[in-house]
Amino acid sequence: MRKKIKKSDEDYPTTGHEWDGIREYDKPMPRWWLYTFYLCIIFAFGYMVAYPAIPLLKGATPGLLGFSTRAEVAKHIAEVNAQNAEIEAQLLSTPLEEISADADLVRFATAGGGAVFRTYCAQCHGAGAQGAKGYPNLQDDDWLWGGDLATIETTIQHGIRYEADEDTRFSEMPKFGDFLEKDEIAALAEYVLQVSGQEHDAALATIGQPLFEDNCVACHTEQATGDRELGAPNLADAIWLYGRERETITTTITNSRFGVMPAWQGRITEAQIKQVTFYVHQLGGGE
Amino acid sequence: MEILKLIVLAFITIFAAMAANFGQDAAYTLHALIIMAVTFFLFIRELRQFGDAKPVAETGYRDDVIRAGVIATSFWGVVGMLVGVYIAFQLAFPALNLDYSFTTFGRLRPLHTSAVIFAFGGNALIATSFYIVQRTSAARLWGGNLCWFVFWGYQLFIVMAATGYLLGSTQSKEYAEPEWYSDIWLTIVWLSYLAVFLGTIVKRKEPHIYVANWFFLSFIVTIAMLHVMNNLSLPVSIFGSKSVQLFSGVQDALLQWWYGHNAVGFFLTSGFLGMMYYFVPKQANRPVFSYKLSIIHFWSLTFLYIWAGPHHLLYTALPDWAQTLGMAFSIMLWMPSWGGMINGLMTLNGAWDKLRTDPILKMMVLSLAFYGMSTFEGPVMAIKVVNSLSHYTDWTIGHVHSGALGWNGMITFSALYYLTPRLWGRKELFSLRMVNWHFWLATIGIILYVSSMWVTGIMEGLMWREVDAQGFLVNSFADTVSAKFPMYVVRGLGGLMYLSGAIIMCVNLWLTATGAGIRKPSAAHAVPAE
Repeated sequence: MRKKIKKSDEDYPTTGHEWDGIREYDKPMPRWWLYTFYLCIIFAFGYMVAYPAIPLLKGATPGLLGFSTRAEVAKHIAEVNAQNAEIEAQLLSTPLEEISADADLVRFATAGGGAVFRTYCAQCHGAGAQGAKGYPNLQDDDWLWGGDLATIETTIQHGIRYEADEDTRFSEMPKFGDFLEKDEIAALAEYVLQVSGQEHDAALATIGQPLFEDNCVACHTEQATGDRELGAPNLADAIWLYGRERETITTTITNSRFGVMPAWQGRITEAQIKQVTFYVHQLGGGE
Repeated sequence: MEILKLIVLAFITIFAAMAANFGQDAAYTLHALIIMAVTFFLFIRELRQFGDAKPVAETGYRDDVIRAGVIATSFWGVVGMLVGVYIAFQLAFPALNLDYSFTTFGRLRPLHTSAVIFAFGGNALIATSFYIVQRTSAARLWGGNLCWFVFWGYQLFIVMAATGYLLGSTQSKEYAEPEWYSDIWLTIVWLSYLAVFLGTIVKRKEPHIYVANWFFLSFIVTIAMLHVMNNLSLPVSIFGSKSVQLFSGVQDALLQWWYGHNAVGFFLTSGFLGMMYYFVPKQANRPVFSYKLSIIHFWSLTFLYIWAGPHHLLYTALPDWAQTLGMAFSIMLWMPSWGGMINGLMTLNGAWDKLRTDPILKMMVLSLAFYGMSTFEGPVMAIKVVNSLSHYTDWTIGHVHSGALGWNGMITFSALYYLTPRLWGRKELFSLRMVNWHFWLATIGIILYVSSMWVTGIMEGLMWREVDAQGFLVNSFADTVSAKFPMYVVRGLGGLMYLSGAIIMCVNLWLTATGAGIRKPSAAHAVPAE
């Protein structure tokens, strides 16, 4: 066998071309480069045989492994569901009040409820359930319709002012702009500022008080503490759904508000409703 | 001919004035005003020169437009990197959005990407390709002043794109944000560029076409095709910037990433390989390592790159077969990409000692190293299992920047260092020490940038997919955002170092061009007479 002598650069000829002083060696391609390239090509073709790759008139070649992204996801979800089937059945048969007694159920309900919340509820109520203007904060203990487990569940099942659900929670404050004068509304707003303990014009508030008694106490009560049966907010505390400023209160009285939450029964599973109920309840304000 | 020119300019000026009047949105009106001002200026200039004798056509290489290109490249580079550093800190400190619509991340981000890729990179490519095609063809640029039209037309496109972004005009396609009229304008400019380049090659005096020109030509032709296809849209009104895309849904997504991927492939890879194939052998003063390798890796790169776009859409609504092909072609692309790195690095065989004394060559080697690293990382990230972790995370951002800062940035800087003394007729650069400072600032900056993005990218990928024993997600998106904060600060600092290096370069180039480095003989150095 002839001994291979590694040539030095200068032994190689150039191609004989020259551009602006640049010449090119006529050297072979590095072997490792070429063989790695071949290997990559072989791998790529093998991969194309194994997986769906060649588009045909209808669909594509399925590949030897019969892989499909959708089937993969469905399989994965089915696995998790099968794994959780037992505890889900247990959750469904356990009354809401008794979930907290079982550590496994608590974990299942909180984690599952959190996932449901972040998927469907966070858009309005915020990722941390902190709420936003017009969307209640669910972490505090101020509730419009009530904060015990059963009440929260009903709210989630049927929604609020959601027309497609017959059992939805419903209440509607009149638009007082339609039948009160502007100065009357201004006086009323001063009175509301007074009962909520804010800075106000005492003289105007005195005028506003009888207006409040005539028009508002039926729902908001004489002490202005609200009525959960009617979803009427407490006006005497520092928590406001739309804002506590004079202008905002005036707007609310004049035009009313009509916040809507959709009903979730039928859109998510019963177990998911139970989970998210428990999740919201344990956020801090649950009763 | 001169009369015709005047008529056309007057017509455009009047139409632009009308368009500004009827404009339906701020961006459109501003652009109409810009066009009106430009054509009015040209009209007046043409009028004043009317009937003047034409200067005799010069011979020799056409370098004035390249000097302008070097200046534009440096200018847009600093602007683009500055915006990049700013938005990097916006991600760490959102208060920097300043609550003005035009200073928000959403508008500044396309400004950054377009400024660095198209304004900095594009000007660098146009300038170097004009320089290289003349030298390696031994021919003057074809088309007379058409090269100046390409230069100024391209700057006009950049200004329209940038101001459009700030005013909220965008067609919402990544790296193809400019609206329809800017796209039409770019098409005209680009075809003129092709004409100048091709015309010069056709009239070359060398028997063969040099490899750098193959790469430039593939870059110009492919970008023209990609740009036209991805911007097919119907304007809502001729007096408004809004347009509607011709394709929708997954077809639109596929087209967009066919464009997006090959913008990386042909703009940032092929075009810059053209640069590399001229400046590396020149600076090292060595023959290119292997002619055979350059043929094989050119054709395999050109053929394979165009198919790999679907790897941007793994695990989406894109049919499985297209995803498979996207991944398979990406893996085959690994070695063709590395061919360029090998040919560049091995060219230095027998000249490695020069790295000790020549910081420009050192920059070239670094850029080739980053080129090799990111063209290896790319195929790895295109593997489906890896992509399921890396996709949508900062890892992608890090990958792009190791290529853009490491490869495109460094090879451009070294080309500018090579060109400036030659174009302005100076013997050497003002300061090699400043180049060295630039080198180290940029190197450390890139390393901070890329490694922080690896860490935060992998961390956020793992956090997104983390599930508990019952299969529930553990983290919310906001959890990952707050966990990334320290890495965002590190990334911003890395960018700041890179920007500082670029500013040092600009100072150095400025002093070189103005001749500040030339030492005047002074009395103090005079040899005393005996």
